[in-house]
Amino acid sequence: MNKKRSLKINKNLIYVMPYTIWMFGFIIIPLLFIIYYSFTNKAGAFTLNNIFAFFSPVHFKSFLLSVKLALISTIICILLSYPIALILKNYKLKSNSFFIYIFILPMWMNSLLRIFAWLTLLEKKGIINLVLSFFRLPNINIINTEYAVILGLVYNFLPFMILPIYNSIIKIDDNTINAAYDLGANFFDTFKRVIFPLSIPGMVSGIAMVFIPALTTIIISYFLGGGEMLLIGNVIEQEFIQTNNWNLGSGISLVLIIFIFITIFISSKYYDLEDEAVL
Amino acid sequence: MEKQLIDLINITKSFDGEIVIDDLTLHIRENSFVTLLGPSGCGKTTTLRIIGGFASPDKGQVFFNGENITDMPPNKRQLNTVFQKYALFPNMNVAENIAFGLKIKKKSKEYINDKIKYALKLVNLDGYEKRSIEALSGGQQQRIAIARAIVNEPKLLLLDEPLGALDLKLRQEMQYELIRLKNELGITFIYVTHDQEEALTMSDTIVVMNQGYIQQMGTPEQIYNEPENAFVATFIGDSNIISGKMIDDYLVEILGKKFKCIDAGFGKNKPVDVVIRPEDVILLDINDDRGILDGVMTHSIFKGEMYEMECRTNDGFEWLVHSTVLREVGENVKIYVDPKNIQIMNKPQSDDEKALDIEELSGGI
Repeated sequence: MNKKRSLKINKNLIYVMPYTIWMFGFIIIPLLFIIYYSFTNKAGAFTLNNIFAFFSPVHFKSFLLSVKLALISTIICILLSYPIALILKNYKLKSNSFFIYIFILPMWMNSLLRIFAWLTLLEKKGIINLVLSFFRLPNINIINTEYAVILGLVYNFLPFMILPIYNSIIKIDDNTINAAYDLGANFFDTFKRVIFPLSIPGMVSGIAMVFIPALTTIIISYFLGGGEMLLIGNVIEQEFIQTNNWNLGSGISLVLIIFIFITIFISSKYYDLEDEAVL
Repeated sequence: MEKQLIDLINITKSFDGEIVIDDLTLHIRENSFVTLLGPSGCGKTTTLRIIGGFASPDKGQVFFNGENITDMPPNKRQLNTVFQKYALFPNMNVAENIAFGLKIKKKSKEYINDKIKYALKLVNLDGYEKRSIEALSGGQQQRIAIARAIVNEPKLLLLDEPLGALDLKLRQEMQYELIRLKNELGITFIYVTHDQEEALTMSDTIVVMNQGYIQQMGTPEQIYNEPENAFVATFIGDSNIISGKMIDDYLVEILGKKFKCIDAGFGKNKPVDVVIRPEDVILLDINDDRGILDGVMTHSIFKGEMYEMECRTNDGFEWLVHSTVLREVGENVKIYVDPKNIQIMNKPQSDDEKALDIEELSGGI
């Protein structure tokens, strides 16, 4: 009996092996390197300067700007997702999944290409302005501004908000919604008291999938912000690639990782992330 | 004449080109307990959804208290629904569920609290205010769903197979509860079920539906004792349905033998369908003079309150017989039926009725 049992455990260990190796090689060890670089200077001596550098006015300003843009983008994504998710739920066709695919189709293309496409659309002499000029309408001039970055973030991450919200909304029984109408509620009350509360798990999951990548984006701010807009991701990228200061880059990264962990921890208080894994 | 609460006039509804309700007209009087009874797909739930406002008819009109409500959205209708599988709000506790309709109507806090207490008492769940929905059993959820509906003091309560998910014992208990509630509240119930026993127990009017048509409407006694066609006869209880011939008033020929009956006015030598309930078939000893048909016992099962037996008569017809007296398989018997227990029905006339496969329904004539 005992022998058999230990044999079984060994077998399971063999299955777990590849994942363990993967985790150590590509997650744990790099993380340890980041921690090592964070607390050392170029000579390899211990220092806390790299950590404190995060809170220097220049870097902290970048961080606050990142948080601001990520927050605004996340809120816009939520506001756009609910009408779409509700329309999809009411769209009682067998081809329902077709519409879902339309929304997630862009996700299958390289995001760099898609952001580059926005660049050609939004440029001062880009396609949108050409069309506007043709109709003698005033040109838009948002390239290299925060607006363009928000537009890019929303465009890029919207599907990650729509899907979890849609998933939690289609799980609501039609009769539960009908019961609200039956008891005299109009659409607004039904949404506020029944549909929205029951979709919060999906929304929290969507926030995790939109806010965090938006916070750490590099290419969207690089292309649509005109290279002058330094978000925290761009700061880290610069330290590693341009000034070649791995220690400073790691220090800033580490603080950012801790911030993200806190964000996830707070949101997981509202619900269990594992419960609603969507993608 | 009593006032009509609901009038459905020439309602037609189809889904994906398939007609679910065909030109249905139905009047429901105030303060009645009406059951829409039929097999799945007969249009009973769709009829209820049309009254509730969750489906709109392709043709026809719905009147509530004389007012045309055909195009009125559900939240404006003066009625409430108890849904199949309860449809309670899982994000709210018991009290919040019950308070939902009253909060929408902006009632005062004291009023709402009084109503919650009153409703919980009515459904025998005092003190359950703070419980979460998940912590309740099916029967308790059902009671909360009813409480949530009745605190709004609707004139009409729609119940869509509310007991379908409960086990037999609980279902019987809830049947009595519902009758009690109906009497205490004095509101009209429209109840949808496919369970004939439930319909017979609770309703004062049964509407038997099949394939989008009303087959028969009447009191439980009428529906059971005087079914108007073969479908009703087979759907409500067990029955023997036999092709016969009305020889004259009060005399019918069944399987070549003459039986006295109490029906008249069918004409002479008219083909008819004869319905005889299994508990009305009397098995006699082979030498008993009263016996009319000769038969031999082919099956017998003990069912607790009676024996369910089958008896084949000479021409091959298998009679279903319910009796407390056992006749052994292989025994030769005679069959007798009391005249008042012979129910004569016209052969199907309309195309709609013909559509029913009577041979199949009656188990092999």
